[in-house]
Amino acid sequence: MKAPTIKNDIFVMLIFSAVILSMPVWLEPLGASYPDLLQKFAIFGIFAVGYNILFGLTGYLSFGHAAFLGVGSYTAVWSFKLLTMNIFPAIIFSVLLSGLFALLIGFITLRRSGIYFSILTLAFAQMFYNLAYSVLTPITNGETGLQLARTDPRVIDRLFSEAGEGLPSTDFFGLAMSGYSGFYVCAVILIFAFFISQRIFHSPFGVKLRAIKSNQTRMKYTGYSTRPYLLTAFVISGMYAGLAGGLMAATDPLAGAERMQWTASGEVVLMTILGGVGTLIGPLLGVGIIKYFENIFSALNEQGLHQAYAFMPDWLANIMVPMTSPFVGEGWHLTLGSLFVLIVVFLPGGIMEGINMFKKLFSKKTSEPDFKPIKKKTTPETVK
Amino acid sequence: MDAIFLQILNGLDKGGAYALIALGLTLVFGTLGVVNFAHGALFMLGAFCSVSFYKLLTISKQVKDESITFFDAFKEQPYLEIWFGDYGTAIIDYAVPLSILFAIPVMLLIGLIMERGLIRHFYKRTHAEQILVTFGLAIVLQELIKSFFGANPIPMPPPDIVSGSAPIGALLGLSESVVYPWWRLIYLLFSGIIIASVFAFLNMTTYGMVVRAGMMDRETVGLLGIDVERRFTVVFGLAAVVTGLAGVMYAPILPPDYHMGMDFLVLSFVVVVVGGMGSLGGAVAAGFLLGILQSFASMNEIKAIFPGIDQIIIYLVAVVILLVRPRGLLGREGVMED
Repeated sequence: MKAPTIKNDIFVMLIFSAVILSMPVWLEPLGASYPDLLQKFAIFGIFAVGYNILFGLTGYLSFGHAAFLGVGSYTAVWSFKLLTMNIFPAIIFSVLLSGLFALLIGFITLRRSGIYFSILTLAFAQMFYNLAYSVLTPITNGETGLQLARTDPRVIDRLFSEAGEGLPSTDFFGLAMSGYSGFYVCAVILIFAFFISQRIFHSPFGVKLRAIKSNQTRMKYTGYSTRPYLLTAFVISGMYAGLAGGLMAATDPLAGAERMQWTASGEVVLMTILGGVGTLIGPLLGVGIIKYFENIFSALNEQGLHQAYAFMPDWLANIMVPMTSPFVGEGWHLTLGSLFVLIVVFLPGGIMEGINMFKKLFSKKTSEPDFKPIKKKTTPETVK
Repeated sequence: MDAIFLQILNGLDKGGAYALIALGLTLVFGTLGVVNFAHGALFMLGAFCSVSFYKLLTISKQVKDESITFFDAFKEQPYLEIWFGDYGTAIIDYAVPLSILFAIPVMLLIGLIMERGLIRHFYKRTHAEQILVTFGLAIVLQELIKSFFGANPIPMPPPDIVSGSAPIGALLGLSESVVYPWWRLIYLLFSGIIIASVFAFLNMTTYGMVVRAGMMDRETVGLLGIDVERRFTVVFGLAAVVTGLAGVMYAPILPPDYHMGMDFLVLSFVVVVVGGMGSLGGAVAAGFLLGILQSFASMNEIKAIFPGIDQIIIYLVAVVILLVRPRGLLGREGVMED
């Protein structure tokens, strides 16, 4: 394999940016090019890309990343309340604070590996969630969720203008965070986030993380202390989660504790796995697919199904509708769960593995590989 | 003093549920080596066994309501009442305890299907993949239940005779004001019986001995000509039954809803790691210990000193234990200590 140089990376980046930025155009025929959904794509994309840095590279399965997302959201909303409606400081604060939390939690949880790490992160996620609901109510506003109010101080905004009527809305130096402009802000941030993750993947640091995944003991024997690398990866992915949380609050200034529940972390795991763990673009694919189908499936109801099956003969449609109706609408999670099980069972590498398999199949048919694959071992196996 | 006594009872009671769930989880983990994130779903399915049994018993027919004479009024009357009169009513009243009989075969079947159909293929895969696939399975089970029974909790009444509170203070010579719900006492007793019978099965029968041997050294047991896989399938079924029964009897305490499994899952994992992965005694001990700790932490006196401690005590204990004593309270040295 050719080592990817920065030139290659930039080339990939350009294509990637073009694809992301033109999303409103090419998603039009799919019926998914409205700003709300596009923003979700971008935000969850950031979340998944960051999660992939930890899970994809090091193999450490964390169920606690939703906590960082929640921290990011709360921080951003507080920044809107106290300082300014500009999202710039909000996002900076979200990233820093969630990074801080990640440092703390990572420092503790990374003392263990494997399933213990997963359970420790679970425990922390639950602690955060429970605290957000109970004692921290003055900060998190408990079940209602943290909201903006007209009477908030917003010190920086007050320096420039008087408080207007009604709730102010978030902006990025004058660019409104709702609608398409909001999407473009998120998309540009996603592109930056992706670029950083790409550089991490191709850096010596990324190689070390992968070495941890393949054999941590051997890595230790070569003289590396793995903890600092793991912790760095954990903090980076925590910051990504915080960034996503901050953006989530920026597009919709509301933060609730349910974002921090461990099942919410499960969702990002799902997306990453579905797309392909440890691949650069996989998690984004996963996000796209899950969010797109969530949007379509959860809007379907029985009538919609009847329309969808209009091409079938009536008797078949009448059988199919009751059979598939538990999978749509409210039951969209059922589809998601089944899909997830199927993916883990049959295609542990996710969609990217599927694409690669397909590619291999395809290239075999069209062109002979320039090396002959070894069919039979002619030499006796060497002693291990 | 009275308050402390009540809190201990409360803790034992919660601990009974934790211990039962953790026992099943440990059985699966110790024998099959599978980290089963669908275990909470089994608990939830157990609770819904009692719901569906109750629904089965109360399948009704519309009959004319004789008590209203002004106009023709109809009411639903269960067939059981129509056929057996008062006995039918009594059976319906005892729906929850009777559903144990219903739940045992159902949970066994579910367990066997799960093991044969899915989990069997994951013995050789990594723990992360096991977690992922069972997590997916848990979502599927949970959503299936949701689509059948709806999203709202379904209250399940305990039998009339035990729906009140036991004057436990008067019985034990404490203050008269100490009372405790009968059903919770029954749950405590029940969990004790189940735990005892699981241990008796494992320690006093040949079958159980083989299972324990398999937990220690699977390969050697296989070499002795014993079909370990088959035994382990049965163990999975047993674990499903134990967990399911914990759920059945818990239904009157906590009205079952579709996400109760996920809520209990994290707790039960915490219990298992505190007790020590793969240690059955540890799971039971940790279950009761954490239950008691949790109920003490929810006392107002303690909450006044550490606000919010009741919400996080269990996780806090788990974190400390995992860091200080990685193999848990009673875990064997060298088992899953990475």
